Amino acid sequence: MTDATLMTDAALGREAKRAAPRRPAFKIGASLGWLVPVLLLVAWQVSASTGALSSSILPNPLDVIKAAWRLTLSGELLSNVEVSAMRAFAGLIVGGGIGLAFAFANGLSRWSDGLTDTTLQMVRNVPHLALIPLVIVWFGIDEGAKLFLVALGVFFPIYLNTLHGIRAVDPQLVEMGRSYGMHSRTLFWRIILPGALPSIFVGLRFALGITWLTLIVAETIAAQSGIGYMAMQAREFMQLDVVVLAILIYAVLGKLADSSVRVLERLFLSWNPAYVQTGAR
Amino acid sequence: MSPVSTGLAVTARGLSKSFGDRAVLSNLDLHVPAGQFLAIVGRSGCGKSTLLRMLTGLDTPTSGSFWFGEARHAPLPKSDVRVMFQEPRLLPWARVAANVEVGLTGGDGLNAQARALDALSEVGLADRATQWPATLSGGQKQRVALARALVSRPKLLALDEPLGALDALTRIEMQGLIERVYLEQGFTAILVTHDVREALALADRVVMIENGAIALDVEVDLPRPRRRGAMETAALEERILSRLLQPAAAVAA
Ligand SMILES: Nc1ncnc2c1ncn2[C@@H]1O[C@H](COP(=O)(O)OP(=O)(O)OP(=O)(O)O)[C@@H](O)[C@H]1O
Ligand SMILES: [Mg+2]
Repeated sequence: MTDATLMTDAALGREAKRAAPRRPAFKIGASLGWLVPVLLLVAWQVSASTGALSSSILPNPLDVIKAAWRLTLSGELLSNVEVSAMRAFAGLIVGGGIGLAFAFANGLSRWSDGLTDTTLQMVRNVPHLALIPLVIVWFGIDEGAKLFLVALGVFFPIYLNTLHGIRAVDPQLVEMGRSYGMHSRTLFWRIILPGALPSIFVGLRFALGITWLTLIVAETIAAQSGIGYMAMQAREFMQLDVVVLAILIYAVLGKLADSSVRVLERLFLSWNPAYVQTGAR
Repeated sequence: MSPVSTGLAVTARGLSKSFGDRAVLSNLDLHVPAGQFLAIVGRSGCGKSTLLRMLTGLDTPTSGSFWFGEARHAPLPKSDVRVMFQEPRLLPWARVAANVEVGLTGGDGLNAQARALDALSEVGLADRATQWPATLSGGQKQRVALARALVSRPKLLALDEPLGALDALTRIEMQGLIERVYLEQGFTAILVTHDVREALALADRVVMIENGAIALDVEVDLPRPRRRGAMETAALEERILSRLLQPAAAVAA
């Protein structure tokens, strides 16, 4: 959660440059990219069914699918996915909202920046997962514990990237807006916010990664529902197929969240040539 | 030759500006009559942009005063004064038409769209109204910036080397465009330029800034449209250029 959470302009620019020539080669690349995972899956299944891979180390893919089917029928799977997704969403909204609020305050007001930025930069160095013992003491294993941890983890990437985005808004555009008589409110909505938006999205991407990571840890340690809880329960009964299923579901949820951000980016940043035709990845 | 004037006169008296202890302009006097096309030339760093920025309210003078129209000490009529910068400064996230509408502060919805389209046709870009600025060439972007500056029918248009970044051919086209809208709309124009030839192609009067004040003030009484390379222009160009180069020779010696 240190400097890796702040993507620099240079990195953004590199991403933009990569995006352009990728287009023509995309069709081949997409199907080619699936080759290795499919081969791995086949190898996994084969080695499991020939007995080369013991089911007490890793269950075979078919068993995982069966477990998914069983838990879907019992309704357990869906309710746990729902609980985890809600936690992720709530934490993202609360932590992201507070992060945005502080970033806008500090990006727009020197007074607010002087008052809070130093403190926030200090708190930033505390790994939020290190707070788990303390959080359990405060909240028990309530929903509050998960909400607090996710919100705290999400706060910093959103705060840092939004602040960076606001500070990087072209001062020439701001001067133009002023000379055309824009008042602060118009200036914010028409120039500062759209200018900071690409950075805000970068922050959101980082935040999503942290959200799932936090949830995995928090749900396996302090929860009575959710995917992580489901995995821990299964471990006690040595149901490795359910454990693997839980891991895969985390991956799918993370991927879904990332894809929805891409959709939002293409929607809101369609003016930016770097985001228009990056393909559906 | 002067157009039907809806321009705004500008007068500066004893205008001074320093950055720290560096005096850029000192005690500068200038009167630009309504509807005049004034060109400001001078060596790089002599304070041309600084003067323009003060006249358009982007910066405040250290001392001295300036006013618009005939009434002394009238405040800056913000919506009557427009600036065109060296860079187009278009909002990349707004479509071309929306960028032009920025020029209509407080403009009402429907009317604003129609006026923006009018201004765009004026600069020959009506067909690009719904596109993103990123899809335009440098010259086209600068034409959109001109449309944005003109859409509110300003009485004073300040241009700070608006063509500096364009190629020679596009420059000549843009000069023609600026002259045409100037003759149609009759605003007062103040053009800062490095290019004496450009100044002589467009302006009624050329002033040169040196050591923080007006060092040369030449009326350009030539009929429009001016032919490139005409004899009278060449003579004037020679005169201004040699004056511009004079101090450099003195320094070099
Ligand atoms: N904001 C500022 N702070 C400090 N010094 C400044 C500032 N703006 C301009 N100057 C100085 O004032 C002087 C005049 O600058 P100005 O931009 O007006 O020159 P100019 O005549 O427009 O030059 P050019 O033709 O290169 O654009 C320069 O020496 C510049 O360094
Ligand atoms: Mg300048």
